[in-house]
Amino acid sequence: MKRMSIVEALREGIAQEMRRDERVFCIGEDIAIPGGWGGAFTVTLGLEKEFAGRMWNTPISEAGSFGVACGAALMGMRPIADVQYSDFLFCAMDQVASNIAKLRYMSGGKLTVPITMRAPVGVTGRGSQHAQNMETFFLPLPGVKIVCPATAYDALGLLRTAVRSDDPVMIFEHKLLYGSKGARAESGAVDASSDIPDEDYTVPLGKALVRREGRDVTIIATLLMMHRSLQAAELLEKEGISVEVIDPRSLVPFDWQTVQTSVAKTHRVVIVEESPKRSGVGAEIAATLAEDMFDLLQAPVRRVAAPNTPAPFSPPMESFYIPSVDGIISAVRETVGECREEIAYQGKDKKHARSGYTKRS
Amino acid sequence: MSDNKLSKEFLLTLYRRMVLIRRFEERVKFLFLEGAMPGTIHQCQGQEASAVGVCAALQPDDVITSTHRPHGHCIAKGLPVKDMMAELFGKTTGCCKGKGGSMHMGDITKGIIPAIAIVGGGVPLAAGAAMAFQMRSQKRVAVAFMGDGATNEGVVYETLNMASIWNLPVVFVVENNLYGASTPVAMVNRCGNLSEKAKIFCIPGVTVDGNDPLAVFEAAGEAIRRARNGEGPTLLELMTYRITGHSRRDPALYQPKDERDHAKAVEPIGRFGGYLTEQNGVSEEELRAIQSDVDREIEEALQFAQNSPLPKPEDALEDLFVEAL
Repeated sequence: MKRMSIVEALREGIAQEMRRDERVFCIGEDIAIPGGWGGAFTVTLGLEKEFAGRMWNTPISEAGSFGVACGAALMGMRPIADVQYSDFLFCAMDQVASNIAKLRYMSGGKLTVPITMRAPVGVTGRGSQHAQNMETFFLPLPGVKIVCPATAYDALGLLRTAVRSDDPVMIFEHKLLYGSKGARAESGAVDASSDIPDEDYTVPLGKALVRREGRDVTIIATLLMMHRSLQAAELLEKEGISVEVIDPRSLVPFDWQTVQTSVAKTHRVVIVEESPKRSGVGAEIAATLAEDMFDLLQAPVRRVAAPNTPAPFSPPMESFYIPSVDGIISAVRETVGECREEIAYQGKDKKHARSGYTKRS
Repeated sequence: MSDNKLSKEFLLTLYRRMVLIRRFEERVKFLFLEGAMPGTIHQCQGQEASAVGVCAALQPDDVITSTHRPHGHCIAKGLPVKDMMAELFGKTTGCCKGKGGSMHMGDITKGIIPAIAIVGGGVPLAAGAAMAFQMRSQKRVAVAFMGDGATNEGVVYETLNMASIWNLPVVFVVENNLYGASTPVAMVNRCGNLSEKAKIFCIPGVTVDGNDPLAVFEAAGEAIRRARNGEGPTLLELMTYRITGHSRRDPALYQPKDERDHAKAVEPIGRFGGYLTEQNGVSEEELRAIQSDVDREIEEALQFAQNSPLPKPEDALEDLFVEAL
């Protein structure tokens, strides 16, 4: 057992996978320069010493390098390809969307594309172009699996699963959760470190975690927003609102069973995400809740998200832009407030309590 | 035609493959215009020598990537025409089980990555395959086929650069048929020869007559030899001409009549046939026998395709992931 940050856990995981399987290699910008950073956030720091010839430090060529990684994967290699900021995935978009995601399907299942793609997300004082939570853009893309680890334990377990998977997996990692040190440390960082067991555990895709149990409302959130939701839940407990927090951990596949079990108990859902609200992850979850779990709901599903603008730079605007603990608390209060009557009823007459919504004032 | 010591058997193999491509394309065009075949098609009549000349210099375990115009590359690399015909008809027996169609033709067991129909998009895949060969110390080579239009795509430049700095065993083959869809190549390039674009990456760039299968075979052979021996990539420009439309019912009115008439007069199959009969002691009967043998093969492929089952509609849901969601 050892305490590790996400960065340390990923670094350890990549090294272990490269030792375990000689087909595994890394490809990315600034990932293997002695005296450099080990990628933008130090994940691969020092790995070039042990894995000479398997750390492909690329030119600034995201489309080319993701295409090259895809070609190597088609030949049976297992690339771990990364971008410095997930926003740069736009440059690689054609390779990801047209080739990596579709080649197995277009070949009638004859090809496998065992590639792991890593991308840092989050609004972090860098203005609009180094800020996006790009998982939103890949969620509608059939052919890639998507994970969002919020802790070091999950980051390592999901990385192992991704590298060992025969399918393309995208890992979206949050800059404020990394725990990067030295010159690459982030201001406003949140501790996401975990006790990492010595054994070779994995975290399966499509398995959500109930991070906190509660009775009155279910919050669904990943990455930084999951941590803020836990903070909000703690504060709300003090005013008598019991919040359950679900961390889906993987968006594709998505663990609807865990969500359904929770909603069957709380009947209320708030979804928190760092992306603009329009067509975000929350929109997809809310639509599925409406389609499949309408009868379980006692209040409209509420989304807490960024506004439909790019991320601004100036700190007051940026704080306003990113969903805050206060914002989450307000949304939960509102969701529960609309249903105060039903909560009061719930203990006495469950049937009545589930009969409908209270109209908004 | 270059003068060399190639066997008659080999020369006839080249000829047969070129004829197979031409007759396949003509048959497919007819089936398509008849309304018997679904989808769209991009054909390569007139460009047979480049595909055949390059692939004749490859080994079976070498790998190619192709384009939205892939039929010739696939036949040249050894994909059976019955697998292709069935794919064009959307049948389960097609090389991609009906999930690919004309623009994604290919079969990895023949060393053909299913064709990538986004212009330039397949080029880095060839470099990636080459990277895998290099990492595993395999003496294998990858070839990226592309059209002239692809040489103006950013990802192609990124890939040329990476192949150059890493000395990857890859050959970039530009089939310059003078038009990117309908746009003349001279309208969108300052360079006279597209092979000049290799210069900024400090790799060899060579322009050859892409309608002469032996010139192509020789130039490709040298580029492939270099790649296989660890001497790095080459950009090969093969000058050719498409004597059919860009796609489907395109009458190619943008091709000047005299240019097109000339191209038809010197098209590669007639020219190579003439070379074989005049300088290699091949008889007209031998060529005709090859033509009828090819026609028989294509008719058998057509029968096979037509008799093959269509997929079940819900098969659309299969083959997305190895581990289904």
